[in-house]
Amino acid sequence: MAAAAALHAPASPLGHFDYQASPATREADWIRRTLLVVSLGFFAFFLLLPLVAVFVEALRKGWGTYLTALTDPDAVAAIRLTLLAAAISVPLNLVFGISAAWAIAKFEFRGKQFLITLIDLPFSVSPVIAGLVWVLIFGAQGWIGPWAAEHDLKIVFAVPGIVLATVFVTFPFVARELIPLMEAQGREEEEAAIVLGATGWQAFWRVTLPNVKWGLLYGVILCNARAMGEFGAVSVVSGHIRGLTNTLPLHVEILYNEYNFAAAFAVASVLALLALVTLAIKTFIEYQHARAMAATSEEIQ
Amino acid sequence: MSIEVKNIRKSFGSFVAVNDVSLEFPGGELVALLGPSGCGKTTLLRIIAGLEGADSGQVLLEGEDASDTHVRERQVGFVFQHYALFRHMSVFENVAFGLRVKPRSQRPGEAQIRKKVHELLSLVQLDWLADRYPAQLSGGQRQRIALARALAVEPRVLLLDEPFGALDAKVRKELRQWLRRLHDELHITSIFVTHDQEEALEVADRVVLMNQGRIEQTGTPREVVEQPGTPFVADFLNLDDHGPAWLVEAKIRHRGYVLHAVNELDKAA
Repeated sequence: MAAAAALHAPASPLGHFDYQASPATREADWIRRTLLVVSLGFFAFFLLLPLVAVFVEALRKGWGTYLTALTDPDAVAAIRLTLLAAAISVPLNLVFGISAAWAIAKFEFRGKQFLITLIDLPFSVSPVIAGLVWVLIFGAQGWIGPWAAEHDLKIVFAVPGIVLATVFVTFPFVARELIPLMEAQGREEEEAAIVLGATGWQAFWRVTLPNVKWGLLYGVILCNARAMGEFGAVSVVSGHIRGLTNTLPLHVEILYNEYNFAAAFAVASVLALLALVTLAIKTFIEYQHARAMAATSEEIQ
Repeated sequence: MSIEVKNIRKSFGSFVAVNDVSLEFPGGELVALLGPSGCGKTTLLRIIAGLEGADSGQVLLEGEDASDTHVRERQVGFVFQHYALFRHMSVFENVAFGLRVKPRSQRPGEAQIRKKVHELLSLVQLDWLADRYPAQLSGGQRQRIALARALAVEPRVLLLDEPFGALDAKVRKELRQWLRRLHDELHITSIFVTHDQEEALEVADRVVLMNQGRIEQTGTPREVVEQPGTPFVADFLNLDDHGPAWLVEAKIRHRGYVLHAVNELDKAA
């Protein structure tokens, strides 16, 4: 078995080779310094500065003003609505995304390419249009609008419209994350499960899903980040009714337009904080995933 | 259990993979489906398992038409070329999978599962790897675990798709002799697909030679070597004496080697 072990040992990954340590691959000092300064400068200006600005501006008038802005009933309502929209659209897109990815990656059918293109649609259309379609469908002059009005259903300029727009905009995240992963894994493990007597349901829960769990989590996190941060589509369907149909991003805009800068930045800092928490969770998951990979690929010598 | 296929046809688009194939596999034999890549041997194996549907024709398992029987009810064991081990499960859980997914009424208890899995792991001589994950195993070990997993559900037939195809030459040789011994112990009807003449001739009770979706010849290793039925068989088994002198000489030497291998097998039997 010695020969087999040697053959199946992974070639030492290139990443472990330190190019800077070897004179054969090291670049000149001034090139390294220039590259470092340019890239760090760019990073600081475009990524770090805006983030710092949000928090500095938010706290400019002290903690008192900051907390007042956040405990304002309209702000609390906006936070609640944002979390509600995310809490509805993320689970929906989780289910849709898994089903779509599963169908696309594991089965052959007519119109598959069309379905893939369709899934990407929310990425490629402008958010304004993503909002406008719901107004056209459910608005007072829309297709279903009059019927909805008769039955006393408020959809556009109400919470359901905001959820619809959010679901539409965040649809691709989970599916896009899973499709390449599932395609790369192929169908063999599922076939093996079925031959061993598993039902389709068992194969899905015991084989398919555990194999994509990290990708799935990642997709959910990106989907959630977008659901909480979406501005354009939600702005069109919301109607901007304070305390009722304002999400966090919309509330920030309103405050800003009223020259209430401290409050606007205070609310913006909550959004930024939510994004940072999301990124932290994402990083943690990637770290866990990398550890899990390292543990399973550790070769027997 | 005996297997019979009748007039099986299967095409993918305009490509005919299996063209009107009829075959009988008597119970308890180890049969090799031998042929060049693209000859339809893997497709035929997958049709027998039920993983692929035939365009026309029948698969009879123990005399009964299995065309409408679902894969999971056919009680076949299938070993994939690239093992298809469940990568997120330990070796133990891989082998236990077939037992755990049984309907509640037929599912053995945890203690029984444990006992059965360890028996199987001892059978493939890898009991010490129970807690490892597939990624931590060598190719040869993975293939033996895949075999143990397939045997866990006590299949009536064992189907192996290029079982040694992804292994290096030395391990391949060891494993095929091991498979032969295992078959002599278990006597389970087995069909394995291979494109390696030497492998088929050395291991199988009977060899089915396929080419372009059709069967060229069926017989014991000795029969197909001594009386190749078609030019294709002679050529594929490297038995014809055509070509430049050096090649003919090499072929004759090779043939001597093959015959020697067959003789050895006869002596052993």
